[in-house]
Amino acid sequence: MHQVEIATTRESLLDAPEMTLNMGPQHPSTHGVLRVVLKLDGETVIDLDCDIGYLHRGMEKIAENRMYTMIAPYWDRLDYIAAVSNGLVWVETVEQMMGLDVPPRAHYIRTILTELNRIASHLLWLGTHALDIGAITILLWAFREREEILKIFERQFGARLTCHAWRVGGMPNDAYDDFAADVRRFINNFPKRLDEYETVLSENRIWLSRTVGIGVISGADAIAIGLSGPSLRGSGVAWDVRKARPYAAYADMDFEVPLGENGDTYDRYLVRMEEMRQSRRIVQQAIDKLPDGPVNAKVPKLIKPPVGDYYHSIEGPKGEIGCYLVSDGTQQPWRVRVRPPCFINLQSLKQLCVGHLVADVVAIIGTLDIVLGEIDR
Amino acid sequence: MLALFAPLSFVNDLLLKFFSEQTVNYVIWPFIQVGLVVTLTAGWVAYATYLERKISAFMQARLGPMRVGPWGLLQPIADGLKLLTKEDFIPENADRWIFFFAPYIAVVAAFITLAVVPFGPDWAVITDVNIGVLFVLAVSSVGVLALILAGWSSNSKYALLGALRSSAQMVSYEVSMGLAIIGALMFARTLSLSGIVGAQGANSIWFFFYQPIGFVIFVISGIAENNRAPFDLPEAESELVAGFHTEYSGMRWSLFFMAEYAAMVVVTAVATTLYLGGWYFPLVYRLTEARGYHNIYVAISVLVFLAKAGLLLYFYFWLRWTLPRFRYDQLMDLGWKWLLPAALINIVVTAIGVAVIQGLHNPTGLQTIKSLTAGLGLTVTGKLIAIVFGFGNLFLTAGILSLINWRSRDFNLKKQRREIRLVDLPKGKPAVAPVGSAEPAS
Repeated sequence: MHQVEIATTRESLLDAPEMTLNMGPQHPSTHGVLRVVLKLDGETVIDLDCDIGYLHRGMEKIAENRMYTMIAPYWDRLDYIAAVSNGLVWVETVEQMMGLDVPPRAHYIRTILTELNRIASHLLWLGTHALDIGAITILLWAFREREEILKIFERQFGARLTCHAWRVGGMPNDAYDDFAADVRRFINNFPKRLDEYETVLSENRIWLSRTVGIGVISGADAIAIGLSGPSLRGSGVAWDVRKARPYAAYADMDFEVPLGENGDTYDRYLVRMEEMRQSRRIVQQAIDKLPDGPVNAKVPKLIKPPVGDYYHSIEGPKGEIGCYLVSDGTQQPWRVRVRPPCFINLQSLKQLCVGHLVADVVAIIGTLDIVLGEIDR
Repeated sequence: MLALFAPLSFVNDLLLKFFSEQTVNYVIWPFIQVGLVVTLTAGWVAYATYLERKISAFMQARLGPMRVGPWGLLQPIADGLKLLTKEDFIPENADRWIFFFAPYIAVVAAFITLAVVPFGPDWAVITDVNIGVLFVLAVSSVGVLALILAGWSSNSKYALLGALRSSAQMVSYEVSMGLAIIGALMFARTLSLSGIVGAQGANSIWFFFYQPIGFVIFVISGIAENNRAPFDLPEAESELVAGFHTEYSGMRWSLFFMAEYAAMVVVTAVATTLYLGGWYFPLVYRLTEARGYHNIYVAISVLVFLAKAGLLLYFYFWLRWTLPRFRYDQLMDLGWKWLLPAALINIVVTAIGVAVIQGLHNPTGLQTIKSLTAGLGLTVTGKLIAIVFGFGNLFLTAGILSLINWRSRDFNLKKQRREIRLVDLPKGKPAVAPVGSAEPAS
C-alpha cells in the first residue's frame, strides 16, 4: 500500500508546507478503529493513507480449524451491524456445497429477516452519517426504528447484535408466534418515519451543500475499484446480487433497484433511503406469501462437503459479501476467504477524498458505510 | 406589595451608617449587583445546559436527565461536582502557562460583558456605559483570544485546527455583526445599551420592525460568534474530536463550556436589547410604575427581559438539534458573500430611510419626527415609512444577494443534484454453481 511520508524532525516539520494529521484509530467519526493518515495543505486533503488491522482477529485462519457448523458464529462478528446477512452467506455456501434442499418457509423467513437487517444497517448508517455531518437528532430517530427491528431479532434469535441466526440446512427454530404481527407493525409504521427523516435532510440546504458533488466517483471507476452495494449503485451501475443471482426467496419477490446518477455522497444517500423503502416492500411481500411447512432440511450429522472450490455471494447491506471456500473433503474447510464489501469499498477513499476538505473526509467515510469488523476480520 | 422590597432601603440606611454615601453608591451597591448578576448568570448557565439536554431529549424521542433529583433537576450540580473532582490534566509538551490561563480568559471575557447588559431599569443595570455597544463588541472578541491560546498551547493538531477555524470564523462574523448593529443605532442615536432600550420604550416600538434584516444578521452572526451549531466548526466533534478544547478535561474544560453558554446568554441579551425592546413590554409600566410600585416594576421588567432572551436561547437550542453543520469554506462564503453584503445594504437603505424621514418632516405640514430626546422619535407616519423601508429592504437584499451569488455552487445546489432512478432489473436464474472440480450442487 502507498505510504504517506510523515515529517518527524523539527526541521522537516518547520519546512514542510503540508501538515500530517493522524485521524484515528481513536477518533469519533472513523466508524471504529480505522486510522487515516492525512496530508493536509491548510485543510485541503492532498494525500491520504488508510491504516487498518486494529481489529484483526484472524477469522479466516480460525475457520480452517473449526468444523463447518462451528464457523457460523464467527461470521456474525464480521460485519456486526448486519450479523443476520453475514450468517446467511456462510450457511448458504455450505448448503450449496452439500446440495441441501432448504424448505421454502426457511427461505422466506431468511428473506424477511435479512431485509429487516438491511433496514437496520441502513438506519445505523443514516444516523452515523448524519451525525458526522452534524445533524445529531437523526441518529436517535434512526435508533428508535432500529430498536424495533432488534426487538424482533431478540425474540427470534435470543440476541440483538450477533444473532447467530441460521443453521446449515435451515433455521434453529421456526418463527415465534407473533412474528408476523410484529413484522407487520414495523413495516406499517416505517414509511411515515422514513418520510420524516427525508423531510429533515433531503431538502435541507446545509445537507445539500455538504453532500452534493462531494466524493464523486464515476461508474467506470467504481467498477475498476470493485465497489459494490449502494456505493456502486450510487454511481449508476445496475448491479444487485439479489437480482443477478437470486438467493433465498428473492426470485419470488418483486422490487426495484434505485440507481444514482452523479455518484456523489447525496446520490448514495438517496439510494440507501430508497433501498430501505424497497426492503420494506420485499418484507411486505414475503410476510404476505409466507408458506407453511418445516424450516429445516434433512442435514447429515457430519457435514463433509465434497472436495472442491466454492463461491457464493449475497447482497449484504454494505455490498456484495461473498464466501470463497476450498474443501478437502474433511469436516473442516481447507481455506475460507471472505469477499469483504467494506474492505473493497474503503479502497476508494483516497480517490474520493483528495482535493476535498477535512470535513468532507468524515462525510465520505460515512457515505462508504464501513464496518471495521469486516475490514480487519 | 412595597413591603416586599422594604429591606432594600433598610439595607441602604444601614450601610450609610458605616460608610460614606459615595462608598455606598459606587462601591458597595455595585459589588452586590455584580455578585448577584454573576451568581445568577452562573446558575442560569448551569440550568441552560440542563434545559438544552431536556429540549434536545424531547426532540429526539427520549427523556434526558431523569436520575438526579426530580426530573433530573439536580443534574447540573452533580455535573459540576464531578468536574470539580476530576484530575486537572495538562498534556506533556503543552505550553503550561498559556494552557493554564486560556480558560480563565474565556470565562472572564464572557462574563464581563454582563456588566453593561441592561437587565431592567434602575438598579437592574450594573453600569450604564455610554459606549456600551462598543464595549460588548470589544470584550466579546477577547474571547477569541482564549480559543486561539487554548488551541495553540495544547500541542495537538486537532486543537490547532480548531483554533485556526475559530479565529477565522469569529473575525469574519464580527464584521457583519458590527455592521448589522449600525442600522439600529441610527434609530437609537446612542451607544449606551440602556439608552437604546429607552429609545425603543419612549417610541413604543421594537427596533426589530425597523430593522428586520439587521436582526436576522445579528442573530446568525451571534450564533457563529458563539461557535454554536450549525456553525460549531471550531469544536466539530466529528472532524476535530473536540476542536480547541480537545486536550482539556475536568474543571478547566467546564470553564470553556461555561464561557460558551455565558457568551450565548450575552448575545441573546444584546439582541433583545437592540431589537426586541429590552425589558419593555406593553402594559407593564402602566400597571406597576404608574401606580407607584417601582421595585415590582423593575422585577417584572427583569423577568420580561429574561423571557425574551430565553426565547432567543431556545431558538439557538432548536437550531442546534435540527441542522447539520456547515463546512469551513461554506461558513466563510456565508459570512463574506451573504451576511456582509446584506449588512452593508442594510446600512445604506436605513440611512436613506432616515434621510427620507427627515426630508419629509415639515413642522407645519406632514410631521414625521416627534422629538429627538430619546432616539429618533417618530410619529405614526414616520414609523410607517421606517417599517416600509425595513421590510422593503428584505426584497432588495434578497435580490442583490441573488445577483452577487447566482453563479456560486451553493446557490444552485438544487439544480446540481440528481433524482435517483428506479430500475427493475431482469432476474437471473439461481446460479450458485461451484467453481472447479466438484459436482454442480443442487
